[in-house]
Amino acid sequence: MSILQIKQVSKLFGPHAEQSLELLEQGWTKEKLAKEKSVTVGVNRASLSIEEGEIFVIMGLSGSGKSTLVRMLNRLIEPTGGEILVHGKDLMKMNKEQLRKVRRETISMVFQKFALFPHRTVLENVEYGLEIQKKDKQKRRDKAKQSLALVGLEGWENKRPDELSGGMQQRVGLARALANDPEVLLMDEAFSALDPLIRRDMQDELLELQEKMKKTIIFITHDLDEALRIGDRIALMKDGAVVQIGTPEEILTQPANSYVERFVEDVDLSKVLTASHVMRRPETIMIDRGPRVALELMRERGISNLFVIDRSKRMLGVITAEDASEAMRSGRTLEDILIVDGPRVHPDVLINELFEVTSLAKVPLAVVDDSNRLVGVIVRGAVLGALAGESNAKEVGPNAENTIS
Amino acid sequence: MQKIPLADWIETIVSWMEDHLVFLFDIISSVIEGVVNAFNWLFMLPHPLLFIAILGVLAFLVGRISLTLFSVVGFLLIYNLGFWSQTMDTLSLVITSALISVILGVPIGIWCAYSKGAARIITPLLDFMQTMPAFVYLLPAVTFFSLGVVPGVIASVIFAIPPTIRLTLLGIKQVSGELTEAADAFGSTSMQKLFKVQIPLALPTLMAGINQTIMLSLSMVVIASMIGAQGIGAEVYRAVTQLQIGKGFEAGLAVVILAIVLDRFTQRLFTSNKRRR
Repeated sequence: MSILQIKQVSKLFGPHAEQSLELLEQGWTKEKLAKEKSVTVGVNRASLSIEEGEIFVIMGLSGSGKSTLVRMLNRLIEPTGGEILVHGKDLMKMNKEQLRKVRRETISMVFQKFALFPHRTVLENVEYGLEIQKKDKQKRRDKAKQSLALVGLEGWENKRPDELSGGMQQRVGLARALANDPEVLLMDEAFSALDPLIRRDMQDELLELQEKMKKTIIFITHDLDEALRIGDRIALMKDGAVVQIGTPEEILTQPANSYVERFVEDVDLSKVLTASHVMRRPETIMIDRGPRVALELMRERGISNLFVIDRSKRMLGVITAEDASEAMRSGRTLEDILIVDGPRVHPDVLINELFEVTSLAKVPLAVVDDSNRLVGVIVRGAVLGALAGESNAKEVGPNAENTIS
Repeated sequence: MQKIPLADWIETIVSWMEDHLVFLFDIISSVIEGVVNAFNWLFMLPHPLLFIAILGVLAFLVGRISLTLFSVVGFLLIYNLGFWSQTMDTLSLVITSALISVILGVPIGIWCAYSKGAARIITPLLDFMQTMPAFVYLLPAVTFFSLGVVPGVIASVIFAIPPTIRLTLLGIKQVSGELTEAADAFGSTSMQKLFKVQIPLALPTLMAGINQTIMLSLSMVVIASMIGAQGIGAEVYRAVTQLQIGKGFEAGLAVVILAIVLDRFTQRLFTSNKRRR
């Protein structure tokens, strides 16, 4: 059974909202209701069912009702009509106490503008959800610390939120939501307030976390690229109604109507896909190893070159098999045969910019992040393959095949 | 056209209350008097010089060196001028009225923030309380509580409570909707939301309200002295009625010193709070 079922849920704003719902069901249009009854239709009979463990993206332009819809899932906004079933239990029929229990244990939320409490430290923010459940102090501290470690924020526990960058603040937001150990995570435009590079990182990290935790994530966004990158399934909303539900591939290849078509027609794959989509996991060796080890590694993997990194995974250069066997004979070290001026690109470089680099390079293209850490490698042919629709990036991320198609 | 007998109505109401609510007024009266006396006893307990020393240390703890200097020199001057016990009377009266204003005002402010209906009724009432000439409160206060310090406190509270209510309301309203939404989304009860999110975030604004309340109740001391509240205000009043310009200036100066010290203290208390946070 689906973990979350939304049946014919509507939200109307204005006077006589409930009577107007009947009119809506009788076929009144949104415009007519606005004009004659001064009622605004926020969400118009939306139905979705969300499966356990999937990342379900709700996408639409601003004003399409997606934020309203997601707020009805934990009743921050009361629906005007319809049913919301959590594990088959009707959320609408719950009393305050039961609703609080759902909010505390089942559904957590991450907000667009982070919504961190400025008067509390990072750690106190993360433990808020447990604190109000009156959990034992030491236990909730530990749990909050674990949660912060999960998002890579160890050592920041005693800072104030305003001392952190936007990306880090949203990590705190995520950690706060995870500390409750919820089954469902609602993420309302969680990455929209971040700048594009950080956003990409956060998306990747979310996917990585999801790999480990298998939560059910409902992710709201207005950004098609983001939807395609992280969504297992996408629901497209327009004027409060759900227009299409499908995998990213279905949305792209079989748009349900002209609206969806217009939405996705501008998606030129070479402008959507980036280096991080087509890269593979790199084969690496630590700089302090000898050439013999390097050669052995290459033989084992059947490759002719290796990336050399230091202890903190920073990219130092490339070695080739010929140089390595030469070095082994003459007793030189890896450092002596290191090719340091090989091509490097950032994970966010679009693949149409990669053509030139890959065609000129003699060694595979290294993909390095802002701190020069090696995150992937792009081999010749991968770029063309990606454009042709081959999913050759499976090793990189769990949902890479979706973004490729 | 006949005049509306508004004055008669008010007097009828007042005399009805006088007849039927006398036990209530007695209770209020003895509580207030007890609190004022307790403060007064506390302030008069140490020798004035010791009091000034303690004040100096406190000033140093909450503020800067300039506040310490001003408090010590100012209070030494008051002592020197011979207004010590009167100033302590006034301080007790002001602190009691401020305390009552906070105890009543903060919950009323919170109530207004939560209930639009309450806000709609109470806001004009506050306008009324603030603009009605303060002397007018003295009459019913005297009727119900006779002469002395109690009607002074009552009149001060009525006059000084509005800023606390208003700024509590404002402070809570100013807490961003996303933060209260977050508190709700994690399953806070209303009380948890109030005490863990809304009040801490409203605190700077709320403290500004309390500061204003203290200042306003201090501004009532001269008026309160007209109905027999002892203190520095009485000295000012006496000097004015006897046309003793020099004496009036001295007593007035004591009020000013007390006002500045109280103001800086409450402001400092809030900013040092903020720095710690």
